[in-house]
Amino acid sequence: MFQAKDSSRLLPVTRRTILGTAAATPALGFSGTLADAPAAPDRPIRQAIAVVLDVNGRPQNLTLDSRTTLLDTLREHLGLTGTKKGCDHGQCGACTVLVGGERVLSCLTLAAAVRAPVTTIEGLAKDGTLHPMQQAFIDQDAFQCGYCTPGQIMSAIACVEEGHTGSDAEIREFMSGNLCRCAAYPHIVAAIRQARSVMVRS
Amino acid sequence: MRGFAYTRAVDAASAVHTAAQAGSMPPTMAPAQFLAGGTTLLDLMKLDAMRPRTVIDISGLKDRFGQIRADADGLHLGAFVRMAQAERHPDIRRDYPVIAQSLHLAASPQLRNMATLGGNVLQRTRCEYFREGWAQCNKRHPGSGCAAMGGVNRKHAVLGTSSSCIATYPGDFAQALIALDAQVQLLGPSGPRSIAFEALHVAPGNAPEIETRLNAGDLILGYFLPARPWTKNSLYLKIRDRESYEFALASAAVALDLQNGAVNQVRIALGGVATRPWRAHEAEAVLTGRPLTLQTARKAAAAAFADAVTHGGNDYKPELGRRTLVRALLELAGA
Repeated sequence: MFQAKDSSRLLPVTRRTILGTAAATPALGFSGTLADAPAAPDRPIRQAIAVVLDVNGRPQNLTLDSRTTLLDTLREHLGLTGTKKGCDHGQCGACTVLVGGERVLSCLTLAAAVRAPVTTIEGLAKDGTLHPMQQAFIDQDAFQCGYCTPGQIMSAIACVEEGHTGSDAEIREFMSGNLCRCAAYPHIVAAIRQARSVMVRS
Repeated sequence: MRGFAYTRAVDAASAVHTAAQAGSMPPTMAPAQFLAGGTTLLDLMKLDAMRPRTVIDISGLKDRFGQIRADADGLHLGAFVRMAQAERHPDIRRDYPVIAQSLHLAASPQLRNMATLGGNVLQRTRCEYFREGWAQCNKRHPGSGCAAMGGVNRKHAVLGTSSSCIATYPGDFAQALIALDAQVQLLGPSGPRSIAFEALHVAPGNAPEIETRLNAGDLILGYFLPARPWTKNSLYLKIRDRESYEFALASAAVALDLQNGAVNQVRIALGGVATRPWRAHEAEAVLTGRPLTLQTARKAAAAAFADAVTHGGNDYKPELGRRTLVRALLELAGA
């Protein structure tokens, strides 16, 4: 995803322009309903679907290729790039978001199949005040490169709300779906301990 | 990922009808696939290992087939119950511990929030030659050969293998279902039926692309686990490279009924070591009617792996599997 398809263009290349060009999507054919969709076996199928999402409290009306994951919808169609694409196969947890209040992997979720409100890292701060978990990650220095951090924070909030923070061992077990290549794990556990007491109080 | 037509099923019968219409290939290769949690299907579609032209979203059926009910007869599990729901259910934790343990020790919290109990048992092998689209893979390209046999096979199966395939069945929950004599409830094009869960999966033989006895269009609606005296006395022991979020190298699901110091009934299912969820009938036979001691447990474990076939990288697995089973049996016996 970090390969620029038009790196020869004489534009100042920033990370954002690279991502933007790589994300250019082809025009979609409209095949509409199932009845007319399956064509000859060798013909590629393209189906555009009207998708209505609630993302961080805002309604979003989109027309998406049926293949579009929730992760790609957030990043490439809604500009919410806080949610990260790590492995894209449900193994690393970087893409963790809340759907209906439960933590799920947005890379293994089709946007068309989402039936409940979505909360991403961008939806946590209220009136300019960070969520206690975000503040705790800063206070406890719970990251180095930061790439896994949005997923860690979303997962950590769910971990507290599920009641799985009774001990450090329980926190580690219930955070095992979020990998940190920088190995900031001890500080992540400390951040969750800190945020837990704030979240439980409020 | 290849393009597909997405459709939502309004009821189970129409989902089955749509899937059955699409063709009569083995369900793993069928042009229409059911989508529930999506944790296996979307992963394999991104790897091009599954190529449905129609994806039937059945998650809307969860209101009807998403219940957990424990009564005097046994435990009813709807196919649309999420792994996490069953894992934390107080009745399951108390009365069917092997079920709760097998779910808790699997995958990650996010995946357990997503994956359904119906789809769980149909998850496909983690064999890298299969997943990565190696040229020689009889499961992915029937008739092409098996690169794993002479390749990197540390995690591959030693039981139920054939000259075509040594890919390991990766799940945990399926072994727990076998240990508790579960029935699986299906809906097919010709109506509903119920079969012993133990009979759902098949060994690869010379057709590794066929993984179950399901026909095109068959949909899992739920499971029934009969209440037995020994249901509570059950456990799942899972041995793996790291202590969380990892597939089993070897596992054992055991349910045990001891009477007057002797084994009255025992169920043993092994994971991480076989091509399908594996019931160790030979080990059960060794134990039945005898006291459960270190000695008899070792005899049972030896019987379970008597026919093991290894391929170099997985030479350690029979011994690991035997020790896993011995430990599980002795823990249950309180020895």
